[in-house]
Amino acid sequence: MNRFEYVRPRSVAEAVAAAAIPGSAYLAAGTNLLDLMKIGVARPERLIDLNHLPDLDIIEQLPDGTVRIGAQVRNADLAHDPDFRQRFPVVAEALLSGASAQLRNMATVGGNLLQRTRCAWFQDTASACNRRAPGSGCDARGGENRMHAVLGWSEHCIATHPSDFCVPLVALDAVVEIEGPAGRREIPLADFHLLPGDTPERESVLAPGDLVVALRLPAEAAGFAAHARYAKLRERTSYAFAVVSAAAALRIADGRITEARLALGGVAAKPWRARAAEAALAGATPDAAAFRRAAEAALAEARPSGDNGFKIELARRIAIRALTLAAAGTPDRLPALPASAFASSSTPRPRGLHV
Amino acid sequence: MSEIQHMRHGSSIGQPVTRRDGVLKVTGQARYAADNHPSGMLHAVLAVSRIARGRVAFLDIQSARAHPGVVEVMVTANRPALALHPDDKSVPFSFSMDLLQDDRVRYAGQPIAVVIAETLEAATEAAALLAPRYEAEPVEVTLDAAGAFVPESVGVGAPAEMWHGDVEAGLAAAAQRIEATYETPLQFHNAMEPHCVVAAWDGDALSLDLPTQGLALTQMRLAALLGIRMEDLHIRSPFLGGGFGSKLLTGPQVLGILAARLVGWPVKLVLTRAQMYGPVSHRSPTRQTLRLGAAQDGALVAIHHHVRTATSRFDEFLEPSAGVSQAVYAAPAIAITNEAVRLDTGTPGFMRAPGLASGSIALESAIDELADSCGMDPLDFRLKNYAEVEPVSGKPFSSKALRECYAEGAAHFGWAGRPLAPRRMRDADGLLVGWGVGTATFPAHMFQAEARAVLRRDGSGLMESGTHDMGQGAWTAFAQIAADSLGLGLDRLEFRAGHSDLPNAGIAGGSAHTASAGGAIHAAGGQAIARLAELALADPRSPLFGAGNVGVVARGGRLLRRDDENRGESYADILARAGLDMVEGRGSAAADAAATERYAMHAHGAVFAEVKVDPELGQIRATRLVGAFAAGRVINPRLVRSQYYGGMIWGLSFALHERAAMDPRTGRIMNTDLAEYHVPVNADVPSVEAILVEEQDPHVNALGIKGVGEIGITGTAGAIANAVWHATGVRIRHFPIAIEQTSRAA
Amino acid sequence: MSYLVTLTINRVPRTVELDDPRVTLLDLLRERLDLPGTKKGCDRGQCGACTILLDGRRVNACLALAISHDGADILTIEGLAEGQALHPVQAAFIAHDAFQCGFCTPGQIMSAIGLIGEGQAGDDAERVREGMSGNLCRCGAYRGITEAVLEATRIMADTTQEKAA
Repeated sequence: MNRFEYVRPRSVAEAVAAAAIPGSAYLAAGTNLLDLMKIGVARPERLIDLNHLPDLDIIEQLPDGTVRIGAQVRNADLAHDPDFRQRFPVVAEALLSGASAQLRNMATVGGNLLQRTRCAWFQDTASACNRRAPGSGCDARGGENRMHAVLGWSEHCIATHPSDFCVPLVALDAVVEIEGPAGRREIPLADFHLLPGDTPERESVLAPGDLVVALRLPAEAAGFAAHARYAKLRERTSYAFAVVSAAAALRIADGRITEARLALGGVAAKPWRARAAEAALAGATPDAAAFRRAAEAALAEARPSGDNGFKIELARRIAIRALTLAAAGTPDRLPALPASAFASSSTPRPRGLHV
Repeated sequence: MSEIQHMRHGSSIGQPVTRRDGVLKVTGQARYAADNHPSGMLHAVLAVSRIARGRVAFLDIQSARAHPGVVEVMVTANRPALALHPDDKSVPFSFSMDLLQDDRVRYAGQPIAVVIAETLEAATEAAALLAPRYEAEPVEVTLDAAGAFVPESVGVGAPAEMWHGDVEAGLAAAAQRIEATYETPLQFHNAMEPHCVVAAWDGDALSLDLPTQGLALTQMRLAALLGIRMEDLHIRSPFLGGGFGSKLLTGPQVLGILAARLVGWPVKLVLTRAQMYGPVSHRSPTRQTLRLGAAQDGALVAIHHHVRTATSRFDEFLEPSAGVSQAVYAAPAIAITNEAVRLDTGTPGFMRAPGLASGSIALESAIDELADSCGMDPLDFRLKNYAEVEPVSGKPFSSKALRECYAEGAAHFGWAGRPLAPRRMRDADGLLVGWGVGTATFPAHMFQAEARAVLRRDGSGLMESGTHDMGQGAWTAFAQIAADSLGLGLDRLEFRAGHSDLPNAGIAGGSAHTASAGGAIHAAGGQAIARLAELALADPRSPLFGAGNVGVVARGGRLLRRDDENRGESYADILARAGLDMVEGRGSAAADAAATERYAMHAHGAVFAEVKVDPELGQIRATRLVGAFAAGRVINPRLVRSQYYGGMIWGLSFALHERAAMDPRTGRIMNTDLAEYHVPVNADVPSVEAILVEEQDPHVNALGIKGVGEIGITGTAGAIANAVWHATGVRIRHFPIAIEQTSRAA
Repeated sequence: MSYLVTLTINRVPRTVELDDPRVTLLDLLRERLDLPGTKKGCDRGQCGACTILLDGRRVNACLALAISHDGADILTIEGLAEGQALHPVQAAFIAHDAFQCGFCTPGQIMSAIGLIGEGQAGDDAERVREGMSGNLCRCGAYRGITEAVLEATRIMADTTQEKAA
């Protein structure tokens, strides 16, 4: 880890002013930034510590019913907030399916949005990576890239965004509040992360000095609470990043889907809102055929970026799974293994059921 | 030993006592090597190569030195001299080491410099500032590399080729045949404790905190390398944070010692997790082809197990995967063949159940495939081919309760009624359910070991043996053996271990530590008791005077007449009257050549696995593991169960999780961390059970002990692979089983 | 430039002068404050061996800068037992043989205490397994760990009830 100057601002304004100096980086929990500093991927000259700023760790309900979540709210606190969990169970489920309890106790809402890709070549400073070192190339292409992107990638970068949290957020039209040198602005989360295109080093719309101060979920997003689930496929039962994941949220009335939300994780450089799938579901009966059609629509543009063609079909299937679970109704209590394929097989049975 | 007959009625052996080091470990007071901090200590950090082959052309030593807090940068030019070349192998189990001897790079992760600084932060950053430039050369790092050769031997001196009976004729005549190729991956031990050393020189004397599985071997090799006297080298290793075969002497630890010599201050060097994927050995990938034939009734007629594996360009250890095929199933014709390639990687080595883990998953899968071809239940098929004598050698087993393992394991698991065909079971949630079985086996070895016992005038006992506790429970199990050998309760016994100044306890490896050092301890205690008995029997003032013909019993700190236990006296009284502060006994143990010649010696077990597989997503969970093991006498069932659980979880990891992802273009491993190199987490292990099957072995060694540390991984990996087939109907022969393979089954 | 950081560690207030802002809580405890009970297994938040309670919550000490936690209350494995009396989780770990090599154990125990305090798992073994999955154990002592956590949860609940009664 390089030496850096440590700055502890007393207000957001001070923080933004301090971060305007080139080479600065904000330190929230540090669960991602410090890790990247340890492996040499991030080498900031100044750290602007957000941990002592007032009022950034508040979950509040605004008069119009919007929920506003301060950027410094810790993942675990949000997931276990009784009111939040009841109104946005799919967000809680996604949060609790990510990382470990220790990391969720530390990691912040703002930091989760800004976590960097897990691409091995991004993390390896001896490798070519356009995202880390613009113009150096992409060693993930031609390497073992079974976990890489199948949507929205470019020849310059095939990395994925690793967040679970962002997947239901983007489905529920979350909005990011940003404070920057030019003042405050709001960006829909769907537009916050950038696809790689020719500039994979630009991962979000944030400009130097910009600080994520809060996240907002509109009141109407709580209208999906009865039918909202997150499903996550992973290579061990817990404490693993998604191979693919999906957040599904439905409004169902009189046996028909009146409104659907679907987003995919682990498939692209951003949480992937599947609007075509949502359109296909609107008005449909919530059944397997409709979910299959939606999944086909969601992945219509998908193409392998390497040895990862299998992920396309798995993304369809995880979308179907999330939709099926959502249609069945949100459980009163989240399962013991959130978002897991084994969520309800919690007690090992002495014998399998023969069929 | 004395002619006098005496018997020890131990009450400690066989008891499930809790760990004697338990309180130290749960309170954070157990001092692992890197927890030490001698006065004036500096921190050393390795810089390692990011290329796999070529040479280091430039290191920015100036920038590293300029970093505040940096004391020295050790490179080839200023590295203190060694008395022996790092490739010297005069000490057993020695592998070539990379000790900055030149500018060549022979694998990614090879140490190329050491930075010594006042703080860990400074040393770490300065190591990064060295920013090496390389002259890189093309690499070969996969099993497809050119230049395959037939080795002279595999493992530790095992023959690379063995033909018994006429395999080709057997296969030609077989009613059912299978030929299948299985691939196992590159794996790393990943003990939770990184390799480390704290080194403090005092002139030519050296004191080390160094986690090692072989104190005496480490002491011998280090003294020779450094050109110092053995008696000037003191190694403390009371606790290892796991070893699994990786914690014999390796280069990075020596570099820490040399760094301390260079700067004249104590130095601590701890590898980063990523640095444990290179210079501290690994399990090689294997590609194994099995050709099996069976007669109409399911009797095996031929087994051919061919292995292709890899070693480094500069040294040799070959994963002996095929060895398992000559020990488990009866067949009139058995052949083993090996070939290997040389790669631009670090040198492979011993990783928990070397050869047997990788070989077992292939053999157990192949046996299952053949059972299916024969239309037989896989357990019945194994019983049909039960080896009554060791298949190739024809030797009788010193003991073998495998039949009981199959029976007890199957009963406990509920194997009866398992549908023969795959994909026939689902649970209430619609998950595919599959059941599989695997046979576990591990040879019972014995190594040289020594111990010293003392009975003190206050009636207490002392046992000394430089044993190693890497989690198996040495502090406890050896104390139990020692207490019984001295006829004392555990509370009256002091046990000293984990230090090179103590008698040589051999190595903690080959699942042989308890048998070897335990044998030495047993003998040492016996000799001390015999000496004490001599004192009493010859003393007319003793109630035991003249009891020599009937013998004495040592129990509870007293010697008693065997024919009349009301007549006896305490150790303290005997010693007091003799005017002695103590009596001493020495003991040693080693393999009994005559018994080894006469008998085949193996531990056995049967593992039953249930997996559930998501039918659409392909995600797998091993929902139940039941292992039944017979391994001779059990010193402490609580500890033994834990060893089996741990081994079985390694088997689970082998089948479903762990794998190093090598980039064949660069020779760099791309998942040198614990986020992407997956080992099981708690949620991966919902149910694991171990049944201790009674087995008495009068031949294997004095205590009747076979090893328990490694056997659990064998059998389990194959049982899980077989259960995945039974759940899905898809036979996956590439390990670990990956989601893209199981999801295709949907 | 040096920084003064005030921390309460195992109930003892301490002022620490930091000459380097890079020092993590883990390295501060281990290398500068002679509290090496907390272990470093990966230094990247991927193994849980460094778990401590920070203001009552379990966290990975390897990913926390000491300087950023000025004023924090820290509990480590060394501060758990009161005199000779083990914490119920410590005692349960011994009784259930919930460790082998012991290297991950301080982190497992601190994580278990955090888990019990969070109150989300209760007596549900599957929730305990999930909640303890941030602590790797390469020796594979998971069965004992789960049993120990469940037993300690019961004992601590009983004790709380007794105190309330």
